[in-house]
Formats: sequence, C-alpha cells, structure tokens
Amino acid sequence: MPERSWNGYLRDDGRKGIRNLILVLYTVECASFVAHAVAEGEADVHVIGFPGCYDNAYAIRLMLALATHPNVGACLAIGLGCEYTQPSRLAEVAERSGRPSDWFFIQEHGGTRSGIAKGKDALKSLRAKLDVQTVRVPMSWPDLIVGAECGGSDGTSGLAGNPVVGRFYDFLVDRGGSAVFEETVEMIGLRDVLRSRAATPEVALQLDRSYEKAERYCKAVRQYSVSPGNFAGGLTTIEEKSMGAFAKSGSRPIQGVIEVSQQVPHPGLWLLDSVPDEHFMQFGYTNPNDTEGIMDLISTGAHIVMFVTGRGSVIGSPVAPLIKVTGNTRTFERMNDDMDFNAGSILSGEQTLDEAALSLMKLAGDVASGELSKPEALGHREYFVMYKHQDTPQLEAGCRA
Amino acid sequence: MMSGEDAAMKRCFQVNPEDNVATLLQDAGAEPATILGAPRNATVDILEEIALGHKVCTRSAAKGDLIVKYGVPIGVATEDIAMGAWVHLHNCSSRVDERSNHLDVKTGVAKDTAYA
Repeated sequence: MPERSWNGYLRDDGRKGIRNLILVLYTVECASFVAHAVAEGEADVHVIGFPGCYDNAYAIRLMLALATHPNVGACLAIGLGCEYTQPSRLAEVAERSGRPSDWFFIQEHGGTRSGIAKGKDALKSLRAKLDVQTVRVPMSWPDLIVGAECGGSDGTSGLAGNPVVGRFYDFLVDRGGSAVFEETVEMIGLRDVLRSRAATPEVALQLDRSYEKAERYCKAVRQYSVSPGNFAGGLTTIEEKSMGAFAKSGSRPIQGVIEVSQQVPHPGLWLLDSVPDEHFMQFGYTNPNDTEGIMDLISTGAHIVMFVTGRGSVIGSPVAPLIKVTGNTRTFERMNDDMDFNAGSILSGEQTLDEAALSLMKLAGDVASGELSKPEALGHREYFVMYKHQDTPQLEAGCRA
Repeated sequence: MMSGEDAAMKRCFQVNPEDNVATLLQDAGAEPATILGAPRNATVDILEEIALGHKVCTRSAAKGDLIVKYGVPIGVATEDIAMGAWVHLHNCSSRVDERSNHLDVKTGVAKDTAYA
C-alpha cells in the first residue's frame, strides 16, 4: 500500500478529524423529538442522546466522548428542563475543548415549535463560528483510528469477513495507525491466544483481567455466546466460534485494554472492554445490539468503524462513518445499496487475503478522504446510549434506607 | 488458484497452513474436493456427507490430538479421525465448554434441558 494522505480537520485540542460535523445531543427521551427536528434536513448535523431521566456516569462519559470526537467541530445540547443530565455541562466541556457549543432547555422556550426554532437558530450561529475557525490539516495513516465490530454473522464471517479486517488492521498498525476491536465475551476459550498477543507482561495481566471478567459475565448469565444454530451450521466448539470473531484483530501485538469513552493512548492495536462491571445490578447487559457496540468503538476516537456482516445489515452510525464488509458474495449482491466491501472473493479463490485487505485499505483511505460510505450516503445515523456501569462512582449518601 | 483444478469439484477453505481441518463452501458427499486458502494439500478425498459450513479433516488426527483451525486449537479429537472425515461434535470436544459435548450432532439442540 503506497503512503496516502488527505486533508482533515484540526481541532483546538490537537485532534484531527475526517468529517466536520455539528453534534446535537439531547439529555432525556422527552427532548428527542425536538432534537431530531432541529437536525432534520441538515446534512452535517448528527444526533445522539440519552433516554434516561436519572443520570448515569457511563452515559455522560460516552456523550462527552462523542461531543469532543475528532470528527465533531461544534455541539448543541438540548434538554427538556427537569432531567438529571445537564445540557449546559455537556456544552461547557465541548466548548472548553475548542468546539463552539450551545445549549438550551425546551421548557424555557415554550415548547415544540419554539424549541425547534431556537435550535435551528443556534445551529446557524454554530455553523458560522465553525466555518470561520475550521483549519484543514494533512492526515495520513498514523493519524487514523479504525474500529471493528461484527454482527449478523454467518459461515463466511469467520473465514473471510473478519480475517480481511484483521489483515487490514495488520497493514494499518504497521504503518503507524491505530486499530480497536472489542467483544471480549466472544473470546471465551482464547485466554492463551490473547495472552500470546500481549505487547508486554503488564498488558498480559490486563488481558487476563478482561478475559476473566468476560468469563464471569458468561457464567452469571449461564451462557457462552453460542447457540444451537451455530452448531447446526458447522461450528463445533466455542473456541472455534470465538476465533472466527477474534480474527478481526489481525496478528499484531495488543498494546493494552481500554474501556468505553477512553481515548486510544498511542498508535497500535487495542482491545476495547465494553463489559459492564459486575458489582452493579449483576453486570447488566454488555452489547444489547450492534449499534451499541459501534457507539462504544466511536467513543474511543475511531474515525471509521468496520462492520462485518455475513447475513447483511442496514444500520449506519453518527459521528464516524460505518464501512460494511461481508464475506458472502450473495449478500453483497442482494444488498448492494448497503454493502461497501465484498470479501467473498477470498473464498472463491479470486483474491488472496492480502489482496483483499489492500483493497479494503484503499476503501478506508477513500472514506477518510471524504468519500461517503454506503450507510453514510443513505443517511443512516443509528445510535444507542444506554445505562451501563463501568467505574461508576459510589454515591453512598444518595438513598437512605 | 491451483492448477488443473476441476471446475466441478466441490470446494473447501483452509484458513492457516497449520490447520488440520478445512471448512466446506458447499454441501459435499464422498468425493474429492479442492482446498482453497492456505492448504497443505491441494485436494482432499472426502469420506462421507459433509454440509456447507462444516469441517473436513485435512490431516489425520489421533484420539487426544488437538484440532487446529486459524492456526490455534479449537478442540480435542475424542477418537481417531481420518483424513477426509467430518469433524464435529461426535469426534471433537471443546476444552472450555462442557455443555456443547452433549448437544445433538446434527441439529446442535441441547439434550440436557427438561421440558416437563
């Protein structure tokens, strides 16, 4: 792969983005209608929000991570007015990072119509500020952070879809870039494999801790991530299924484990642990759907996320473009409007894994350079911010028995 | 691409040169099949019916040998397995998941769940 460079967007905090978006954030479900109406018809405006009225440390960190994501240049936070999560505080943090930001409560502006009008006005002035202060900056592979996730898997995912992302990760990491993969509950049976990939003995301990937490999680829900249909389809053991998913990590040393909303500390390959801590509400759920996992990856600063789906999927993502990869040629043809990349050429013998991974790298470079991925062009902006507990502070004084 | 490959031959895919199994890309009966990917041999003589997505043994394994795919152990042979044989729940068991050793070999359905 020849060196490649493109023009990105330099933020005041030094981060470099591949898109120049305005992010609308709402702080309770009650404000979601107005937030979406404000963003309606504005191609550079994406929406995320948290549905709960009671606040949650994890959800707030996730929203802040997205508000200060390198692809985001300005923020507008919208609240109803009586919820726990404070839009002013979100806007404050985004503003402090150098991103022009604003906020308001709908209750203070009269309701739906006047709230939407207020939001549209705010967008106009935010965009004016953003236009004035936007600085373009050359970017290349060492500046790029890519996430990877799989869902709607079939027999081709472990043979072609995930391996092609893994080999692309090898190429990206070798050129100084950053790669993040996740789904530790789908690594059961791979403790030794994981440990053998640790960059240092200290990282091996981190990987052990994450592995053990995932194992306790699986035991608590009394189920490894494998079903009768998986066995009927030809998978024989959980180790085999796990390797099919783990293949998207490629073969390079793992630099460490990061949690949701934690930025990638330095270039290289990183494992994202999105499993909830166990002492709160007996874990709760880890990845209730594909979109939740994609949000977690974007929260680490990923500019682009690779989504491997053998059966096909019709989701996208806000903030960071999703590139949809399938190893199933029939899925690629049937869902051609939605699928960006066909790795089925590896299984038909038309391309080697290396050849396919280089084409995928070229596609990643095109999307980083501004070309829209298919879900991005279709307008897909699915998001999911949930209650979860990772490093939740103890608030002993909150409730008295 | 292998030279002299018969277009009508069934295909299977071996991920890593160290593997002793390959995954069927089509349903196959007792017939020779082409191995794509990273094979040790270009073909394997399949000994029995094996469905799409299931595994064929590409290097014989003795009882107790590791079954290797992706270059890593995915289980242990519970009996001697000949080259060309179907590798699944009936002759390969997980080293971490006890329950999958008791599933129905064809459907994968759990046989240890009471419905009464």
